[in-house]
Amino acid sequence: MPEALKKLLWPLAALGVLLLFNTAMNPAFFSITISDGRLTGSLVDVLDRATPVILLALGMTLVIATAGVDLSVGAVMAMAGSLAAMLLVDMQAHLSAVIVLTLGVCALAGLWNGVLVSIVGIQPIVATLILMVAGRGIAQLMTDGQIIPIDSSPGFAFLGGGTFLGLPFTITLAVSAVVLTIVVIRFTALGLFIESVGGNETASRYAGLSVRGVRLSVYTFTGLCAGLAGLIYASDITAADANYAGLYLELDAILAVVLGGTSLMGGRFYLAGSVVGALIIQTLNTTILMTEINGASVPVEYNLVIKALVVFVVCLLQSETVKQMIMRRRAVHD
Amino acid sequence: MTDLIHRLRPKPQHVPLVATAAVFILLYAVACIRYEGFASWFQATSLIADNAPLGLAAIGMTFVILSGGIDLSVGAVIALSSIFLASCLVPPDQGGAGMHAGVAIPLTLVGGTAFGAVMGAVIRVFKLPPFLVTLAGMFLVRGLALVLTEQKRISIIGVESFDPLVDFLVFDFNLPAIVFIFATLLAVAVAKYTRFGRTTYAIGGNEDSANLMGLPVGSTTVKIYALSSLCAAAGGVLHAIGSQSGDASVGYLLELDAIAAVVIGGTLLTGGYGYVIGTFLGLLILAVITVIPTYEGDLNAWWTRIVIGVLLLAFILLQRVAQPRKT
Repeated sequence: MPEALKKLLWPLAALGVLLLFNTAMNPAFFSITISDGRLTGSLVDVLDRATPVILLALGMTLVIATAGVDLSVGAVMAMAGSLAAMLLVDMQAHLSAVIVLTLGVCALAGLWNGVLVSIVGIQPIVATLILMVAGRGIAQLMTDGQIIPIDSSPGFAFLGGGTFLGLPFTITLAVSAVVLTIVVIRFTALGLFIESVGGNETASRYAGLSVRGVRLSVYTFTGLCAGLAGLIYASDITAADANYAGLYLELDAILAVVLGGTSLMGGRFYLAGSVVGALIIQTLNTTILMTEINGASVPVEYNLVIKALVVFVVCLLQSETVKQMIMRRRAVHD
Repeated sequence: MTDLIHRLRPKPQHVPLVATAAVFILLYAVACIRYEGFASWFQATSLIADNAPLGLAAIGMTFVILSGGIDLSVGAVIALSSIFLASCLVPPDQGGAGMHAGVAIPLTLVGGTAFGAVMGAVIRVFKLPPFLVTLAGMFLVRGLALVLTEQKRISIIGVESFDPLVDFLVFDFNLPAIVFIFATLLAVAVAKYTRFGRTTYAIGGNEDSANLMGLPVGSTTVKIYALSSLCAAAGGVLHAIGSQSGDASVGYLLELDAIAAVVIGGTLLTGGYGYVIGTFLGLLILAVITVIPTYEGDLNAWWTRIVIGVLLLAFILLQRVAQPRKT
């Protein structure tokens, strides 16, 4: 456990710096007020908006831990929104049926990726590229390329916009998903299996592990997470937008995982780190939105530039070359 | 006779290439029979002209993928270079710099090349995954494209030094189409006959072996990413010529289509195997698929994405069957 905590230190420090910066720029950043029986404030907002990326990052962490990657999660999110819209609006299906069916289809989409990777034996980046390209097409096909408003179901609107225990319901969803995943993965042997597959596939097979089974389950789980994220996003904007739902979010999810300290080469993984990574990304977004320089707000366009610089710095810090440079300097000092 | 058949049978490494060519010919023939006016010279030239920016990006991407890497930044580089070129060319009274095209275009290309070289150097020196570095590059460049100017789209109309490039036409081929075709031929030659090309294949085959053989792996990696960004920047220039405008929002998800063209063209994504001419054929397939919905009328444009996905799957499966195994 100490190692996992040590790993968590860097991402937490980065998040802390960002939050401090926010307080310096805007003293009201940490203030939380109650309006209409719901806590509101920047921190609550960050948690609320980070939910889709947190969910994606959970699945992505496990996939990356098996030395894979899933590029299709954004497209699967779009599929989830479109499917839910089709079922709710066109077919007037019951909400629980819609949720179960949508999550089921998204899990199947994940399973498809898993089959391509583990049974057909295609590299993960290529295998999931197929669904990344085709998935958005399927989502657009379901909605005829239109943005379908979903306003008939208050239950569906609750998913992404409701209040539960004085907080946005999304936070409850995110927290339960994170806790459930950590409990299932870390308090059973499953986590070890995943790390073993990512660390050395051949050795795992000789040890009697079902490498195939592990891979199939992590990709299916990622599809499920993407489905839930897609439902939340569609509920949040009360519409299915096949063109923009989840666009480039797969990159945010991968980024969150890397920020959290999990190596893209597979092996050791840090679920809590990935959650912190997702929070860093969202805090960064909020920071850029809220920061004012000389009374003028920073244009949203700078978001991408700053994000690029942060990614770059974090990647550099994680690279072996820089680590060696630091180690060497330390050795000289000692 | 059997000798002839034996000689005509494609070598295992050429099977995906032959398959790509066959799919293209089939697709083109079906389209020509099915749609009136498809078999025209005009349609053929505009297939190439309309896809020239994507085509150039795909050619650069071929070298990157041959070396076992990936470049996610090409779509963003196209956008930035087109809007950069536009703001250089437009006269000062319209908010531009009023440069001569003979200065502005080389400047754009040099900028693109330098950016790619920096990415390549970062990948090499810090041993970071190309996926992450070019992802950060994409964010940076797309952001810069949006930040560079208040306007998201700049028309380049009435710029004296630029207009001849726009009006240039030989046998219905406009400048983008001609540049694309020549770039393809040049890239085929570079991949096959130069030291750089052979080193690229060697790196993709096995980087450690390439290193042990004494090949210049480091400098070649830098050159590969510089070349990819140069191609993408040239693609941006061609987009500006083709549409007479610079556009910060062009090229979203274009990197996906470029990768798809390379894969459909038979290049192995693990690197080491593949041909530039395959990418050209893969791009023509994408071009035909993209244009079919406009002829079909009631067929929705999003079918193209699904068909591209299915084609990707088919070609990847074919590669697994036909390619020599990499160990």
